[in-house]
Amino acid sequence: MQFHQTTLPNGLEVVAELNDDAYSVAFGFYVKTGARDETTAVSGVSHFLEHMAFKGTEKFSAEDVNRIFDEYGADYNAMTGEESTIFYSSVLPEYLPQTFELQSSILFPTLRQDDFDMEKKVILEEIGMYEDQPSSVAYDRAMQLHFDGHDLGRSVLGTSASVSALTSEQMRTYHAEHYRAGNIVLAVAGNTDWNTVLELAKQHCGHWPAGADARQISAPKSVAQTQYILKDHCQQEQIIQLASAPTCTDPRRYAAELLTVIVGDDTNSRLYWELVDPGLAESAECGYYEFEGAGTYLTFLNGPPESTQENIDRIARLYDAVNADGVTEDELEQAKNKIATRIVLRGERPMGRLSSLGGNWLARREYRTIEDDLQTLRNVSIRDIRELVREYPLLQTTTVGVGPLSAP
Amino acid sequence: MSQNVVKYATLPNGLTVLVETMPAVQSAAFALLVEGGSVYDPPQQNGTATALADWMARGAGDRSSRELLAELDRLGIQGNETASTQHLVFRGSCLAINLSSALRVYGDIVLRPHLEESEFEAVMSGVEHGLLSIEDEPRQKVMVELLRRSYPHPWGQPSEGTLADLENMTPETVREHYHQVVKPRGAILGIAGNVTLETVLPVVTEVFGEWTGANSRTIPFGTCSPVQEHLDHESAQTQIGVAYPAVAYSDPEYYAAWAAVNVLSGGMSSRLFTEIREKRGLCYSVYATLNTLKDRGQVLCYAGTTSERAQETLDVLRTELVRLGDGIGEDELDRCKARAKSSLIMAQESSGSRAASLARNWYHLGRVVTLQEVRKEIEALTVQTVLDYVHKHPANNFSILTIGPQALK
Repeated sequence: MQFHQTTLPNGLEVVAELNDDAYSVAFGFYVKTGARDETTAVSGVSHFLEHMAFKGTEKFSAEDVNRIFDEYGADYNAMTGEESTIFYSSVLPEYLPQTFELQSSILFPTLRQDDFDMEKKVILEEIGMYEDQPSSVAYDRAMQLHFDGHDLGRSVLGTSASVSALTSEQMRTYHAEHYRAGNIVLAVAGNTDWNTVLELAKQHCGHWPAGADARQISAPKSVAQTQYILKDHCQQEQIIQLASAPTCTDPRRYAAELLTVIVGDDTNSRLYWELVDPGLAESAECGYYEFEGAGTYLTFLNGPPESTQENIDRIARLYDAVNADGVTEDELEQAKNKIATRIVLRGERPMGRLSSLGGNWLARREYRTIEDDLQTLRNVSIRDIRELVREYPLLQTTTVGVGPLSAP
Repeated sequence: MSQNVVKYATLPNGLTVLVETMPAVQSAAFALLVEGGSVYDPPQQNGTATALADWMARGAGDRSSRELLAELDRLGIQGNETASTQHLVFRGSCLAINLSSALRVYGDIVLRPHLEESEFEAVMSGVEHGLLSIEDEPRQKVMVELLRRSYPHPWGQPSEGTLADLENMTPETVREHYHQVVKPRGAILGIAGNVTLETVLPVVTEVFGEWTGANSRTIPFGTCSPVQEHLDHESAQTQIGVAYPAVAYSDPEYYAAWAAVNVLSGGMSSRLFTEIREKRGLCYSVYATLNTLKDRGQVLCYAGTTSERAQETLDVLRTELVRLGDGIGEDELDRCKARAKSSLIMAQESSGSRAASLARNWYHLGRVVTLQEVRKEIEALTVQTVLDYVHKHPANNFSILTIGPQALK
């Protein structure tokens, strides 16, 4: 694997990890803009804009975009999160030039009014779909409460009200501010050569407007809050709990990932043995999520409403024990092997490497090989975990429940 | 397209081992199919296969439940045990150097599970919680309930189980079921990755060679008539499921059926996405897919939409399904072929998907199907062959299931 990197005069950063043995090539545009970069008035605009990209440009109509990607057999999509919007494709190497032209151009869509009106209906359907999923409702509300007043508390989809009220003019303004070359990373992984990447980038992205927009990072202050949202037709109660964890630039994030695998992986973790194996809950998991200037431990519990409080208490005791005594050598070793296999298996596909390559560069301007990740993992010690939980203990700071319980 | 080598052997006990050697990867994956899926669940005990799959992994051979999972993690094996309609399915992925150890662990799970009584209550709680969770996810529930109605019983019963049946299952019934169905005759072990049959076969023989017997039960295919039904649910959206008959994977016309469904729903330029989402904004999610049993298949369609627009969505969906018979463009078929070519070539980057395909093909066809063969079959399709299929198997006799605040016409 060969790593290459350059920055175009307009500020677009280009990174590539090339591999002649791959069958495909994956590429993605990582735009540093998401829900946290919005204002409440335009909540949901990043995600709506991601949809509008596929409605095309002066050169490519909406139908052209869908048709051409399919003509080249591209596996493509886009996604929007709290802090990024990502457009990606995976194609056979011979179709890279054609799909690259299309994929890059749609980052600057025409935003035709009739397309905007039609797509708004689709977004409202998407919001309706997630409203019917208790875990999504719980996640959105938990983020909102936990990051009370902070930009990370804003929902990615927005609300029916904010999306309904959004105008194409507001979207244009938002686009002009955030879709600038210095705000975007082009990442390429798999079978192609660096000259091809450079030529394509210059030809199709060289004219993009220069500049970047500096994200203001403020420290979130999380206050303990609990809220239950009643959905009495539900059979199970779904709980999401959030607590502070290391940020995306904190070196302790590796220890945090290991800790949450030991404590809350979907199988063979402490929560698994405590709650899932004995049949007390359908799922009980804990994960670590990193953001710029913030991080969270996310606890997820899904199970019978009548034993929800007892299960939450069990989790509390289990977390107390980890915070007090740390984890064992055996647990750490098993978790390391588990994560190492995941890294290697994911890395076998260019699409898997792309997400690591683009994500690392966007968050930290950092390139890491598979071997780097494995090495860092091996170096995490029991002591690192103890130090981590001293600073960032496993807690249940914010709690949101969705289901038949109106109060615990 | 370079060619990965596939070799196979059938052990004297009837277990077939298929190995695809993939020199470009470091990993290896396996999929073991045992003929004990939910279709074999005893009457009024739907959920037996799912319970059994979980129970088998709770301690086997010399290892307790905990020791077993610890061993899998130590070896870096990502494994799972599930029940499908036809099979108990044991799957795993790991680094190729650990494949032999992985097979030994799974040999214990399959041949020497403890099936301890003390674990049974927890197993059944897990099955029940899983079913209750489906109740809370109408998108999932609509397809589960559609299949239940559109295939003849018991072929449509959910592999996850049926809530009302759980009380009929006891440690004795499930244990008895294990002895009935977990047998090597007809079992299939698909393996793909940086390994060869020559090196794997001795391990497979050592692990599974002593396994004997056959699942002697055969489940006849009955008949069932199309139904339209509505289930009330308090929700923002109405979930729509539509099924109609198609051919099975083993049918010579399968590839034509595949293309027909892809014209409807393969990629974002396909008809359902264009007509229902892009032109009318009725849905976020709409799709059609080909579902196949050994002797028959169905096209399954899904759409989820706000209840006020649900009737229009169902009407447009049915119109599009029927309109396929009016003609198909050369360009539409060309796009299906292009997408197939890419996905077949990229499949060579995934040992997990190859292992599963090898086993599935063997089950349906009794032979190895290479990616090259699939590619050739798809390249050979013409608009006429696809249209001939559509005319022979037109979209009608719809089974329709809706879930939401209001029934549809």
